[in-house]
Amino acid sequence: MTAADWTTVRLTAELAALTTVLLLLAGTPVAWWLARTRSVVKPVVAALVAMPLVLPPTVLGFYLLLLMGPQGPVGQLTQALGLGRLPFTFAGLVVASVLYSMPFVVQPLQQAFEAIPERTLEAAATLRASPWDRFFSIALPLARPGLVTASVLGFAHTVGEFGVVLMMGGNIPGQTRVLSVAVYGHVEALEFDDAHRLAAGMVAFAMLVLVTLYVVNRPARREAGRPR
Amino acid sequence: MPCSALFSLRRRLLLPAATALALVTGGLAAAPAGAAEVQVAVAANFAVPLARIAEGFTAATGHTLKVSAGATGKFYSQIVAGAPFELLLAADDETPKKLVAENHAVAGTAFTYAVGQLVLWSAQPGLVDGQGAVLVSGRFAHLAIANPKTAPYGAAAMEVLKARGLAQVLAPRLVTAESIAQAFQFVSTGNAELGFVALSQVVQPGRPVAGSYWRVPAELHGEIRQHAVLLKAGEKNPAALALLAYLKGPAARAVIQTYGYGA
Repeated sequence: MTAADWTTVRLTAELAALTTVLLLLAGTPVAWWLARTRSVVKPVVAALVAMPLVLPPTVLGFYLLLLMGPQGPVGQLTQALGLGRLPFTFAGLVVASVLYSMPFVVQPLQQAFEAIPERTLEAAATLRASPWDRFFSIALPLARPGLVTASVLGFAHTVGEFGVVLMMGGNIPGQTRVLSVAVYGHVEALEFDDAHRLAAGMVAFAMLVLVTLYVVNRPARREAGRPR
Repeated sequence: MPCSALFSLRRRLLLPAATALALVTGGLAAAPAGAAEVQVAVAANFAVPLARIAEGFTAATGHTLKVSAGATGKFYSQIVAGAPFELLLAADDETPKKLVAENHAVAGTAFTYAVGQLVLWSAQPGLVDGQGAVLVSGRFAHLAIANPKTAPYGAAAMEVLKARGLAQVLAPRLVTAESIAQAFQFVSTGNAELGFVALSQVVQPGRPVAGSYWRVPAELHGEIRQHAVLLKAGEKNPAALALLAYLKGPAARAVIQTYGYGA
């Protein structure tokens, strides 16, 4: 591994970690609401969350580039706030990744929350547990497998992000050149040795992550699914 | 200029051959098999002129084109990997030479179809001056170039920055695009204030020039001799041979010149 490789790996890890943290913070309330609401707008919100699963990354990249550009509404807002523009920056990739990986965090959480029986929460309510208490003492611990799955998938999917970064990253070392783009660049330039170093590492990483996920979640899932 | 003299001599010699070839292939096109299709890989800077040329070519011969546009270096790796392209219109002369040497292209078919003109372009009117002094002004956050590893125009752009002693200073502001087409897109959407692109992208016949640009003098980089070459997959395709001949003809040359290429 060269110094440039390590820069790329560190950048990718930073992007994935930051994206995952932001998504857990923002996605948990959304997932909770989706799991519990009977609102008529639920299908619309659920569809919006799931959109990145269906849309080609190029569609997302195209619109983000326009929205965040100097003439776009987001671009004008960030410029007015003195933040500059987002394309070709690390912050821009974080914003794109949060949108792109959203379903991978929200959906496992939502499923975990939906699996919690209503009666468990009602019982806690009769014991005068406040809604916050019920959420943090009962719902969140019971949803632990969902949280683990959401974190791992959010992280891994951000590491695997390619099309969006290609369209709005600009391939800047230490800023926007993440692993997937670096591998692509090496392959295109026929630098197969360089590509192998990163690609083989990615294969090992993906295997490790998934095996860990299945090991960690196995006992926890049995516990959550055990009849009371 | 012995070089251009040699070239025009070559053209004089080639033109009758090309006409003969066009007649032969025209005859073939009229045969029951009908018009053929040629699969062309074209350097991104030449995609628009080629579309214009294709109209005249199809009208004249009945053959049609299936065009993929991208960075020349990428096409190289794709062709080596067995991509079914029959004709390559490269943005340099190195790639066709390599393909011939490695037996992926037909020897003796490569020729200069255009000499590229690199420009420093901005979508903002008045930002780019006539000497390219804007590069040292600091009045920009991002400078888009095509990937120097795969795109000859990107390599030429890096040579310009090195010649001006700016490669190190401007490195943090460089935005590397997939091909010259993406570099153009980055500048056109205003996401990059400046970019090195091809003149053919900026100056479109019959349309006013958007923004401001500087024609980079050829002394600052190696001449961008764009070679076309017949690939092994197209060796027996009459449409590929006809297109190669058509590119040397007066109709195609006229189109090429209106897009600002030298010849």
